[in-house]
Amino acid sequence: MYLLHGKNITCGYDTVDILSECTVGVKKGKITSIVGPNGAGKSTAMKSIFGLLKIRLGKIFLDNEDITNLLPQERVLKGMGYVPQTNNIFPTLSVQENLEMGAFIQHKDFSDILVYVYDLFPVLKEKRNQQAGELSGGQRQQVAVGRALMTKPKVLMLDEPSAGVSPIVMESLFQKIIEIAQQGTAVLMVEQNAKQALEISDLGFVLNQGKNLYTDTGKALLSNKKVRQAFLGG
Amino acid sequence: MEFLNSFILITNYIIIPGLTYGSQLALGALGITIVYTVLRFSNFAHGEFMSFGTMSTILLTWVFIDSNIKFGTFPTAIIALPFSIIFTIIYCLLVDKFVFKFYRQQKSKSVISLIVSIGVMFFTGGLIRFIIGPGDKNFMDGERFILKAKDFKMLTGLDEGLTIKSTQGVTIILTILLVILLFWFLNKTKTGKSMRAYSDNHELALLSGINPEKIVLITWIITGTLACIAGTLYGLDKSYKPFTYLHLVLPIFAAAIVGGVGNPIGAIIGGFVISFSELLITFAYKKFFFYILPDNFLPDRLLQILSTDYKIAVSFIILVLVLLIKPTGIYKGKIIE
Repeated sequence: MYLLHGKNITCGYDTVDILSECTVGVKKGKITSIVGPNGAGKSTAMKSIFGLLKIRLGKIFLDNEDITNLLPQERVLKGMGYVPQTNNIFPTLSVQENLEMGAFIQHKDFSDILVYVYDLFPVLKEKRNQQAGELSGGQRQQVAVGRALMTKPKVLMLDEPSAGVSPIVMESLFQKIIEIAQQGTAVLMVEQNAKQALEISDLGFVLNQGKNLYTDTGKALLSNKKVRQAFLGG
Repeated sequence: MEFLNSFILITNYIIIPGLTYGSQLALGALGITIVYTVLRFSNFAHGEFMSFGTMSTILLTWVFIDSNIKFGTFPTAIIALPFSIIFTIIYCLLVDKFVFKFYRQQKSKSVISLIVSIGVMFFTGGLIRFIIGPGDKNFMDGERFILKAKDFKMLTGLDEGLTIKSTQGVTIILTILLVILLFWFLNKTKTGKSMRAYSDNHELALLSGINPEKIVLITWIITGTLACIAGTLYGLDKSYKPFTYLHLVLPIFAAAIVGGVGNPIGAIIGGFVISFSELLITFAYKKFFFYILPDNFLPDRLLQILSTDYKIAVSFIILVLVLLIKPTGIYKGKIIE
């Protein structure tokens, strides 16, 4: 059973449907990737699941609870964390303040989560009083992920986490994502670098033109000849 | 002795008035900067908000004086201030509810809101003159001086006197307190941080669960408070005339832009840059040189770079220069649209 389940989603902008009857699911403590060519509707799928985009048909469930009509902020309270692809930090706030803003919606004490995030990303602890906008691309991405983790989400959603960072930084970022999943947080991500993403994924959804094309474990997709030829460059 | 005299002269005519006027400009520029960063438009109505605040203070001061309520040797306006702040905040919120909110919901370009704010400026100006009349109002009472020139001369034996008006003292102290309070609020409280976060990145702030309506409310509360205090201090210092506040918008905008729009520290620095340039350029240096130059070197003229009538031109020239040379201002601010 899926922890987060987007069932037969049909949605788009204005009258044009980008997704048609698309299904995406995430299991507890597992990493799930949505891959596919440009314009396949990967980011649209993310946005619609998080509620940034109204869906026309279909349902979204979190822990068997129907969350289709909730606002994004309400979904955060239910246990979803979302890292947008761009503009995902507060540039003039310090690193620590960025993380505090992640916990803004909760009125509980968050010092233990702060410790967890700093343990996960030691470099952020070092630079906690620096303005987030002054950090390098990889460090900013860590701030963005850290901010989303501050509500201790059940599911962490990452929209192109490796966009604009070097391959080495990407590698270490993926390592962190594996660690996050091992701690029990399910991860759903959209990736341009399909090969690397599928290598660390337990489950993969291959989308094309807004439809599910293949759904299988990451390994199986990587060894699937058709998938390789069509999307992974042979 | 001569050197000391010239120093006292400069302190008396430039440093103290400059600090006072600079504080008033800084408070005004802070209001403009905060509206600009959070609500993303240049609020030309800010000068009239200051005027509205001052008008409320004057009306309340009259009420207090009539009912014999006094604040020792301080101006009665100081006890009227907390109440007039509330009136100003209410007025700002009403304007927002009936005018700015509509354009915010339409997601209008900031230039449209700017033009709307000019409309609000004229409306508010008219309303104020309708209520209190266009004439000069002096509402300063209580002890006028902290230090009198005569006492200073007696005390030091110098030729040159130093006066500190009580309005100058009140302005500088109140500004320091207010700025400390504002920075504490923005940097240390959860609400203040969320306000900065909202101005940094609207979308992400929404995702983080920050309520934009609450941010807008707090923005107007701060703006109204700053406008009312800045206006009242200016009025106490120089006497109140509604039309003066129409002109005051220019040096205040110049201050905000010179300092770097969107940067509170910049707004404060900008305020002092403008006030000191205005004073330094329009000051008659004759007496200053009288003290430091030998007698036969002294020229006949006043040694004034520009007549005081050109005061407003000074801030305008600085504004144009900054926009041409360094549009981001002293502290890297946003480029105003």
